Amino acid sequence: SEKENFATALPRVNRASGVWAFFWLVSLLLASLIWFVSVHLSDREDAKLQYGLLVFGAAVSVLLQEVFRFAYFKLLKKADEGLAMISEDGRSPISLRQMAYVSGLSFGIISGVFSVINILADSIGPGIVGIHGDSPYYFITSAFLTMALVLLHTFWGVIFFDACEKRRYWCLGLVVASHLLTSGLTFLNPRYEASLVPIFIITFITGLWAFFTAGGSFRNILNHQCRGVGKGLYFQGG
Amino acid sequence: MTELSAHLPQFQHGQLTENFPDNHISNTNDNSERRRHDNSERRRNDNPESETNGQPQNNVQQVVEQDEEEDEELTLKYGAKHVIMLFVPVTLCMVVVVATIKSVSFYTRKDGQLIYTPFTEETETVGQRALNSILNAAIMISVIIVMTILLVVLYKYRCYKVIHGWLIISSLLLLFFFSFIYLGEVFKTYNVAMDYITVALMIWNFGVVGMICIHWKGPLRLQQAYLIMISALMALVFIKYLPEWTAWLILAVISVYDLVAVLCPKGPLRMLVETAQERNETLFPALIYSSTMIWLVNMAEEDPEAQRKASKNSSYDKQAPANQTQNEDAEADDGGFSQEWQQQRDNRIGPIESTPESRAAVQALPSNSQTSEDPEERGVKLGLGDFIFYSVLVGKASATASGDWNTTLACFVAILIGLCLTLLLLAIFKKALPALPISITFGLVFYFATDNLVQPFMDQLAFHQFYI
Repeated sequence: SEKENFATALPRVNRASGVWAFFWLVSLLLASLIWFVSVHLSDREDAKLQYGLLVFGAAVSVLLQEVFRFAYFKLLKKADEGLAMISEDGRSPISLRQMAYVSGLSFGIISGVFSVINILADSIGPGIVGIHGDSPYYFITSAFLTMALVLLHTFWGVIFFDACEKRRYWCLGLVVASHLLTSGLTFLNPRYEASLVPIFIITFITGLWAFFTAGGSFRNILNHQCRGVGKGLYFQGG
Repeated sequence: MTELSAHLPQFQHGQLTENFPDNHISNTNDNSERRRHDNSERRRNDNPESETNGQPQNNVQQVVEQDEEEDEELTLKYGAKHVIMLFVPVTLCMVVVVATIKSVSFYTRKDGQLIYTPFTEETETVGQRALNSILNAAIMISVIIVMTILLVVLYKYRCYKVIHGWLIISSLLLLFFFSFIYLGEVFKTYNVAMDYITVALMIWNFGVVGMICIHWKGPLRLQQAYLIMISALMALVFIKYLPEWTAWLILAVISVYDLVAVLCPKGPLRMLVETAQERNETLFPALIYSSTMIWLVNMAEEDPEAQRKASKNSSYDKQAPANQTQNEDAEADDGGFSQEWQQQRDNRIGPIESTPESRAAVQALPSNSQTSEDPEERGVKLGLGDFIFYSVLVGKASATASGDWNTTLACFVAILIGLCLTLLLLAIFKKALPALPISITFGLVFYFATDNLVQPFMDQLAFHQFYI
């Protein structure tokens, strides 16, 4: 019964707070550990090597994030089963879809905050952006990229959980691949046309995909509109 | 040392459903509301009769099985609620401390050290520095241990007046002197012109209201706010006057001490808690942050007072099922059922109001429950020392880390997760637990890991504007 307590307490706590930011942090920690070790084992002077190691570190980090997302899913599934077992009608009172959304959102928020908060803190202080020849649009593009990333994490969370649930492993692979692709596109900064535009396209497509995965459809939107407008008077049904 | 516990509602739910087991089953058959109501009416009328017939046992037995299942549900529900009830004050305290550290430079300036940490850390060699910090930590911890033992001895021998006096003096010091300094520094930072008369008036009002709220009676929210403020002030003092390595060492050692003091059978804090339980008193209310308030009718004489130093390490246990002599004051006369709980009950067994008649009928039944407390009053309690040390960790992280905000955030998340885990353990074990070890361990691990590993990585990524 203690095990039950633990397993069943988890989802409630989860819903109460975005506790799963912790998982993302741990994945980041591991990835930085790997990067750190690799940097110290290599030649510090070689700039190209360092650059390559950074790219490698970023790729490892992306993969670790997805691994932790999967681990989180497994944990939640266990808790879900536990809850279902002890409830009277065999259904668990938590909705896995809600969990997917919350998990994606908390991953996104912590990832976005970690990426952008130091930049925000620096943006208060005196200074001129790009005075040494870098792009003067650093701040605004950072803002847009962070927003895209937060949205993407949320969508990926929904799709990922659904894919794991229905065992569509190609979907999983697609999510991981799109994460890698997005991260890779940011390596093209500061050529912002090459990075920002495709990233936003990816965000939009992933958003649509998540929408349909979550059960939405054009019909739903239409119904929503009709009800909103006519208050039943113009409701055409269907 | 600090610990928290929660007493979870055991039989409240059972008492009400005793009357309406049929409704629960019929609910799933989609009965109309009216039929449910009729059922309930009949049930309510039946019960007094069955009582007089001397056969109330059937009701009780029917629902015992239901009780156990519903117990689990309630345990978790209230577990989650308690988590939120503690997250907010802990977060607030940390936010206040971090905001002050970032804006008021006074608290990051080195102006000497406390007498408890006589050895300086400005030494030539690393080895010397390490040695000095170990000595400092040792002295500080022994002071804390001595104070705690003194407090326990005083409590055991019923020297309430001495404890009372001690605690009043320390809260006076905190509320007047430290807040005066704090106010002065804030004014200096923002270059606000102020005269002594206004300051005297402000501090006087702040201090007196604080003393009243903490040591006597006051609105719950105000008391909580004051407790958060004095924890933040205390934490700021620690952050300012403790040198770096000493601070980290002290944090580590004190979590070990907390573990030992609360869980070992001869630990001072455990003895304190047990003595309080034997005497059927609550522990010093001014040493402990409580998320709900209990108005005790027979808590006449002295209010067990709160303290300062060792009180930071005060412990609390509210597990006493022997609290039957208390008279709870339910906020609204809804029988003490929270809104959430009522909705859940409505969903399951139909809309039934807990009217005085139904309650009387229920209470007239012989029940095997030991408590008749309402869930509202069973809040969670966390010692002020926990607040202080959490804030010290996060504040030190934000003051001295090269990673700046990333490190602060990571420590913050780590502490909250630790608190969550501790509350989970509390829900499982249902006895007083130390709140420091898990959170501080996570916090320390994340501080050092983020500062040394994650920060260079994120820095490089941000430099090239890579995103992961």
